[in-house]
Amino acid sequence: MKNSSDYQLFSAYQKQLKTEKKIVLIWQCLLLIGFFSLWELSSRLYWIDPLLFSSPSRIINLVLERFANGTMWTHLQITMFETILGFIIGTLLGIVLAIMLWASERFSNIMDPYLVIMNAMPKVALGPIFIVALGPGYISIIAMGAIISIIITTLVVYSAFREIDPNYRKVLLSFGATKWQCFHKAVFPASLPVMISTLKVNVGLSWVGVIVGEFLVSKQGLGYLIVYGFQVFDFTLVMASLLLIAIIAAVMYKLVEQLEKWLIRHRIDS
Amino acid sequence: MSLLTLSNIAHLYFSKNTYTKALDQISFQVKKGEFISLLGPSGCGKSTILSIIAGLIQPTSGEVLVNEASTNTSNQLTGYMLQQDYLFPWKTVLDNILLGPQIRKQQNASMRERANQLLEEVGLPNVADLYPHSLSGGMRQRAALVRTLITEPEILLLDEPFSALDYQTKLKLEDLVFKMLRTYHKTAILVTHDIGEAISMSDRIIVMRANPGTIAKIFDVPIEIRNEIPFLVRRHQKYDLLFDKIWNELNQQEAKSAPE
Repeated sequence: MKNSSDYQLFSAYQKQLKTEKKIVLIWQCLLLIGFFSLWELSSRLYWIDPLLFSSPSRIINLVLERFANGTMWTHLQITMFETILGFIIGTLLGIVLAIMLWASERFSNIMDPYLVIMNAMPKVALGPIFIVALGPGYISIIAMGAIISIIITTLVVYSAFREIDPNYRKVLLSFGATKWQCFHKAVFPASLPVMISTLKVNVGLSWVGVIVGEFLVSKQGLGYLIVYGFQVFDFTLVMASLLLIAIIAAVMYKLVEQLEKWLIRHRIDS
Repeated sequence: MSLLTLSNIAHLYFSKNTYTKALDQISFQVKKGEFISLLGPSGCGKSTILSIIAGLIQPTSGEVLVNEASTNTSNQLTGYMLQQDYLFPWKTVLDNILLGPQIRKQQNASMRERANQLLEEVGLPNVADLYPHSLSGGMRQRAALVRTLITEPEILLLDEPFSALDYQTKLKLEDLVFKMLRTYHKTAILVTHDIGEAISMSDRIIVMRANPGTIAKIFDVPIEIRNEIPFLVRRHQKYDLLFDKIWNELNQQEAKSAPE
């Protein structure tokens, strides 16, 4: 008898959770629909200048049209390619640099002031230099997508390496482990959660680097479309590019989140 | 012939603005199969002695002799057990246990078998494939004991391995460790601040004083209780006598260092 009443309480609790989830979802949908409807409405009724702020229907028409005639794909692909590569290179180099700092205390001390300066430096300001050095093409843009996340990754991962409980190393050292064995058995796997959490930050940062890079290089990509649309006063194009960026960036973020879950489940076991 | 000799060990710790003498004039010998306790207040350098014996730190001066031969790294002969288990949370219990053999490149099928056998001996059958977080504190420390034993160390260095456990678990583990060490004829050095633990487990107790860490007095545990298992020792009348003696010694040490 007692058990069944416990169970009733439990199912009531479960039901409450479900209702709450539903309410949140409904509100989320309402906000989305409300925002776009209001935008469409105000544009049609000339509450806002449709030339400047466009309207959802125009944007969607433009996107469909551009996809149909294929002029959107190239821009989309190039931007995604640059962002993904910038993200991967930035993250990997950042981790490699962190490993180097960890490996040599002296190197870390020598690098300290430079890391502080490079971290404080707004990386996108280096854009013109990249373009001069690497040419006005996708290499410069990838470099910008990467540089923006390298130093912050290095600092975060390096501090994670150092915060590992020294007793894990002591266990390994007591078996006669080398420094490299300590790194690969204890320090690296123990800092994996931190490294994975930097992935999520870096994917966002790479977008910033790439879009600014495309602004500057102005050849192709979604960043280029934004600048181009701005120059020819085609704000429908600007908004359409923004919409696509928002969607792809969100998808990438979700993918990285899935990767994070997967990595945590399958910790690199060595 | 003694298995382990510490001869006139001194150790300094340096920091940016100051230095501290952690150990001074530490000399003692340990015979094969003997169980020694290092007892003293915190900060008297007990753990430093273990680290020096394990070869994790080089003493500022003095020598560690194993089998009468000087050594810088006695790693292969010693097994270290820490205050907490420090099982790696991302490895299964079995993989944790095989860490030592893996580092020494001795991992093979017979090691696995040995690991399972030892797990059974410490009363942990069927946990090999579990992750440490699903075990209780006492179980984890027992797994850590297996991790230490599997590399067949001559000398076990026990750095307050029971201090993070609840009292009941602690008493049970004392008995278990004691029995395991007797079964495998291991030599052990236990660092503790628990007088009762020192008396119930060891053959000899080295009482230390702090600032700098030196040996204050060495107590021999009466022969009647040496071979008794720790739980029964605690009920023996000789236990109380020795407890009082050590208690007084520690109080005197404290009184001496107090006026400063």
